[in-house]
Amino acid sequence: MELTHYLVLAAILFAIGAATVLLRRNAIIVFMGVELMLNATNLAFVTFARMHGDVTGQVLAFFVMVVAAAEVVVGLAIIVSIFRTRRSASVDDVNLLKS
Amino acid sequence: MTGGGGEAVLFWVLAPLMVLAALSLLFARKAVHAAIAVMFVMVDLAILYIAQEASFLGVVQVVVYTGAVMMLFLFVLMLVGVDASDSLVETIRGQRWIGVLLGLGLGVVLVGVVSQAAFPPAVGLELANAATNPVALARVLFADYVFAMEVVGVLLITAAVSALVLTHRRRLTPKVGQREQAEAKVAALPSGGRLTPLAAPGVYAQNNAMDTPALDAHGRPIEESVSRVLRIRGQERSAGTILAAERDVLVEHEPQRALPALRAQDANERTVQAATAEHPEGEAPAGDVSGPDDPGRSRVPGGTPGATEAGED
Repeated sequence: MELTHYLVLAAILFAIGAATVLLRRNAIIVFMGVELMLNATNLAFVTFARMHGDVTGQVLAFFVMVVAAAEVVVGLAIIVSIFRTRRSASVDDVNLLKS
Repeated sequence: MTGGGGEAVLFWVLAPLMVLAALSLLFARKAVHAAIAVMFVMVDLAILYIAQEASFLGVVQVVVYTGAVMMLFLFVLMLVGVDASDSLVETIRGQRWIGVLLGLGLGVVLVGVVSQAAFPPAVGLELANAATNPVALARVLFADYVFAMEVVGVLLITAAVSALVLTHRRRLTPKVGQREQAEAKVAALPSGGRLTPLAAPGVYAQNNAMDTPALDAHGRPIEESVSRVLRIRGQERSAGTILAAERDVLVEHEPQRALPALRAQDANERTVQAATAEHPEGEAPAGDVSGPDDPGRSRVPGGTPGATEAGED
């Protein structure tokens, strides 16, 4: 089967993740959209590694996973602390810096 | 380089399901449903990784993403409140249509580029994975990327510490310990406070419920042992009714054991005494339940021989 199919799937998943980030208001769902985008790039990395016969692509996907895990920890901690002070998980309510 | 027809079947089964589940991220009303759908996508991705000769990444995907990251998401959802739903008010005018347009446009561009690009013939990973996939990965990771690996370690520690710092809550009021509680109780004594905990509700032979008062050492019901809410609603039962009902059951089933008690009652003309003597209002229903003819009625069908009859006579 064509490896291009995997890349098309990755592109579709990335677009869905991007649309989620643009459209949803709940900060947690927005965050899941970011995760979906990272996963889509990982799929592309793995596919390219197979295409070129080089595991470096898989190593990069591994690094993406680790950085994503760190990002999730910090991001969710920020969401929790904002929720504690503002009683809301909506991205629209975080407007403290607005003049 | 193809994995044969099996891989094509796997792909065409999983890919539509993955896209559907990912779309629920856009359309799901509840954040928990979206989280479950994303977990499904991630497990499917792990399967696709393994099908693509990246078995180590497949396992790491399951462990890290579905096992850790999505569990963390679910935990935060529980913390924030499961039913914290989206507000449907648009703060930027036309944001929804712009978002849809941008998302669709991005998808079209990406798919167009990927499907139009001419890729070299696939090589496959048989050669690179000759000494198993994790070994091949480790050789690259700890040779070419060893510095990046260490930086990532620092990043992870920083992330863990930052999560601790961000979610740390500063204590605004002094800590209330055992000593402070004891002192507060003693200080409240003159104004009607009490030192001891409240008595638990009563436990009787056939009755153990929140609405029955306990009996104190003198056999008197303890008012405070019943929950305040029940008392205000008037739903508490008096100790007299319960004792009378239990006496009846005892008489019916084990007249031999009930004999001494009955003798005592005969002496008092079969009125419920001891426990309810000081509570005439509690005695009235007790008298109804076990009136003068009641014990006798229950004793006759019991078919008891001489002992009880003699006691009565």
